Amino acid sequence: MYPSNYRYTKEHEWIRIENGIGTVGITDYAQHELGDVVFVELPKAGAKLSAGQSFGTVESVKAVSEIYSPVSGEVLETNTSLANEPEKINKDPHGAAWLIKLKIANAAELNTLMDAAAYQTYISEKQKEAAH
Amino acid sequence: MTDRIKKASRHTSQSEGLIFEKSAPGKRGIELPRLDVPAVDARQALSAAHVRETVNGFPEVSEIEVIRHFTRLSTWNYAIDLGMYPLGSCTMKYNPRVNEFVARLDGIATEHPFQPIQLSQGCLKIMQALQNCLLEITGMDAVTLEPSSGAQGELTGLLLIRAYLESQGNPRQKVLIPDSAHGTNPATAVIAGYQVENIRSDARGQIDVERLRQTITEDVAALMVTNPSTLGVFEQHIAEIAEILHANGSLLYMDGANMNALAGIARPGDFGVDVMHINLHKTFSTPHGGGGPGAGPVMVKKILEPFLPVPVLAGKSDGTLTLDFSRPKSVGRMRAFCGNFGVLVRALAYALAYGPGIRQATEDAVLNANYIRKHLEDVYELPYKSPSMHEVVFSDARQKKYGVNTIDIAKRLIDYGFHPYTTAFPLIVPGAMMIEPTESEPKEECDLFIDAMRAIAEEAATNPEVVKTAPHSTRVGRLDEVSAARKPILRWQPKASGEAAD
Amino acid sequence: MRYLPKSPSERQQMLAAIGVRSMEELFTSIPAAHRLNRPLNLLGPLSEMEIIDYFRARAAENSCGYTSFLGAGVYNHLRSVVTDALIQRGEFLTSYTPYQPEISQGTLQAIFEFQTLMCQLTGQEVANASMWDGSTALTEAVLMAQRLTGRHQAIVARSLHPEYRDVLATYARNVSLEIDEVAYTPTGQIDAAALRTAVNDATAAVVVQSPNFFGVLEQVPELAEIAHAKQALLVVAITEAVSLGIVRPPAEADIVAMEGQSFGLAPSYGGPFVGVIATREKFVRQMPGRLTGQTTDHAGRRGFVLTLATREQHIRREKATSNICTNQALCALAAAIHLCLLGKEGLKELAQQNLAKARFAAAELAKIPGVQRAFSGPSFNEFVVELPRSVKMVNADLLQDKIIGPLPLSGFYPELSKRGLVCVTETTPRAEIERLAASLRQILDRPV
Repeated sequence: MYPSNYRYTKEHEWIRIENGIGTVGITDYAQHELGDVVFVELPKAGAKLSAGQSFGTVESVKAVSEIYSPVSGEVLETNTSLANEPEKINKDPHGAAWLIKLKIANAAELNTLMDAAAYQTYISEKQKEAAH
Repeated sequence: MTDRIKKASRHTSQSEGLIFEKSAPGKRGIELPRLDVPAVDARQALSAAHVRETVNGFPEVSEIEVIRHFTRLSTWNYAIDLGMYPLGSCTMKYNPRVNEFVARLDGIATEHPFQPIQLSQGCLKIMQALQNCLLEITGMDAVTLEPSSGAQGELTGLLLIRAYLESQGNPRQKVLIPDSAHGTNPATAVIAGYQVENIRSDARGQIDVERLRQTITEDVAALMVTNPSTLGVFEQHIAEIAEILHANGSLLYMDGANMNALAGIARPGDFGVDVMHINLHKTFSTPHGGGGPGAGPVMVKKILEPFLPVPVLAGKSDGTLTLDFSRPKSVGRMRAFCGNFGVLVRALAYALAYGPGIRQATEDAVLNANYIRKHLEDVYELPYKSPSMHEVVFSDARQKKYGVNTIDIAKRLIDYGFHPYTTAFPLIVPGAMMIEPTESEPKEECDLFIDAMRAIAEEAATNPEVVKTAPHSTRVGRLDEVSAARKPILRWQPKASGEAAD
Repeated sequence: MRYLPKSPSERQQMLAAIGVRSMEELFTSIPAAHRLNRPLNLLGPLSEMEIIDYFRARAAENSCGYTSFLGAGVYNHLRSVVTDALIQRGEFLTSYTPYQPEISQGTLQAIFEFQTLMCQLTGQEVANASMWDGSTALTEAVLMAQRLTGRHQAIVARSLHPEYRDVLATYARNVSLEIDEVAYTPTGQIDAAALRTAVNDATAAVVVQSPNFFGVLEQVPELAEIAHAKQALLVVAITEAVSLGIVRPPAEADIVAMEGQSFGLAPSYGGPFVGVIATREKFVRQMPGRLTGQTTDHAGRRGFVLTLATREQHIRREKATSNICTNQALCALAAAIHLCLLGKEGLKELAQQNLAKARFAAAELAKIPGVQRAFSGPSFNEFVVELPRSVKMVNADLLQDKIIGPLPLSGFYPELSKRGLVCVTETTPRAEIERLAASLRQILDRPV
């Protein structure tokens, strides 16, 4: 379910690294909690983000969720296709529905993030809490 | 359909398209008196650049078509006039018809806010009478009737707090808001220039007094409390909360949305509140009209009076009334003119009908809520057991295991002939079902509601599908809100071959 | 009490069912110290007849029997009994905000029609379900421009309604919005050259009214060009909505903030009215207030829902676009019904009558020695006259003839002493215009 080459945050973002470029999205768990996504608001290319900084929002009919940058960096590109097809986030959250690409400022920050197994444990606990 | 549906039965309702789809050139629904002065060529009078030839797409229909169109639409609505409207926090009570009548009188509906003050004494006396009434009911010292709604009342109240604290040397930075509050509270605090700090309710759904005492800081301007809270529970330690705030130089704001539980019984001014608003469209019966107009008068203690918005109603030495605009410490003007005067008229008519007997209305409202609570607490989860006042909050916790949630139950109520209760609020109750019957419901209507709720609880266990797919009896089923939000269609457009918008 | 549907015995039965002995016991959760131990000191209870008598007596203390020439944001226009009959149907009057669309289609469709009518009138692409009134709509429009541009200065025409400017100032104070003012010229229009100098890279919005407070039409296309040259937005306020029957709509504006009172709503001493915000489609997610959208149900039937609710306070709380919660649904409904009755031709004829009557009045007044038009710009149904003496003093004399004269402008504009704003609508008979002229002539003939 959760790709092993990604890193994850407690706020349910993922990041994938290729050649110093990070691709960021929200996790399957997050899209499921939100329900049908109707709108995505993303920053402009060139925006400088620090780790943990809110860079946009994902909206369902009755909820708004902020998205936080997993690491520091500069926004190189945003996924403009989401403007017309926000439903992609529900269909393919870990692939086609990536949100932004970041030029990573400090690779060491990646070490603070969870790997797939840790994230899986983290959300299982969340689900247990919710069941109570 | 189940034979337990007693209040509703199906009958034919008329289909009706959009008014624009009925339009045909040359029809009209109003004729004007003949022009008794020479006609003017607009293109000459205003210059061609300022003139429009026509309003493209505008409807052209006759009087009877307008009557039928809107009458048909009206029959698709639920209304208090049809039955109980148990929306928690909304106080959907009977809207007396005499209020509508007096608001339309010549000499009241016809008055212009800029007419000479000596020809406005009737309007000003109405405002004065309502002010006196609100002050007596709330136990406060001064009042403004200007705010257009509860939300604007909140903003007015916070601006008054800010102005007062500024006059003391420091406006401070933060407003504390319980997690059970209405969404308008935090939204308003931000517009008033404050940061919001959410405070958690304790296990009984009340403000945690000890925690407040320990965590309050010098930058707290005010606490916004709803009392009774959105759980329908009186804040036991309200006076102590006020003391903690006052000792800290902070003020206590009360959201008076739930004043229907207190009128004639207890007065916020007597338990330490410094400023509060009241929703005339709730406690004072002015009609909601499908979402407004309302009015949100703000009552304050003496220390805040100098800061009230302009104009302020004032007496003159000759015994007449006037509007005072020269108030150097005022927060300014909240809106044009004198507020929603027509709403104020209705509220006063309501208050006059009861007089001191308004206490009986409060008692009946609390009686109805507790009666319903008593008859439903064995089938629905009651997350907070504190005594209820005018409303009761259940949750869907016991129905969840059947895959049925609060919204499903609410929608199923429609089939039973009732408007749903408030769903998913307050936020501190997952799957909240918030029920406020008001004093306007006879015992018979309460019994029918209880019966419907109990029948739905049974259905949730035995036939959850029928609940989950409700309503089954309405013109339209559950609507696709996702498509509506993804690709918004917010206006009618003529067919491509027709006229373009100008 | 006639509004309370319980007999004493039913109350007792219900108390017994709850398991308490008295009403008192239901209130024990309120600490005794806070409970009121006396009856409220209030007038009443009054019967229906007594209530009507009370308000009739108040009405008699107002302006019945006077002919008024007041406008300035509140207009006396024809109102049809049809509108009033329809909005008093209980299903409209006594229903709540349409959060439950399956049993609120009537209100929702009517709002959708209202939104459409407002777009058609203003030349904009989207309009919301209504705001509190014109002054708060204008303020919200400027705050919206602040969010859209990320800039913090508004440049406001001095010819914008003074009370609208006051409201904007109240709201601006705590959201770091700076307000600068641009003067008017002898035409009564905004000083476009001064505006061009004033607009800069920090300007979020240029704010004008058209017809403006003096009744004069602004050159909207030129003002839009000035604003857009610095990437600022143009916000146009309209207080006299009937003008749109004949006046070119402000299509170049980025946001239109309108007061819809002229569409069938009574003056009612200043409210309740109906504010409107209309704008471009691309700005819709920064627009405050409720919106109705069209959609379908599972069977493909057309229906309407409140939509884009995530902008609003009940979801976004402290991050909402506005704290507005109610709209003015019943007033919006009245306006929509009124406009459907008028229709395309009726609205145009109505606007033409206003223009013709105002022109006639202006000409009649100009015949009086010492009386002249104060501004030369094109006007709709209001115009400013300059008198040879204080408007307030003249008005005191006009009252003797049961005429409420021009609105004195000196209170709002110290520089405009001896100027008064005259409004004439289709409801003003020619004979009354002539009576005003005759009376004014007589008063001015008299030595001071």
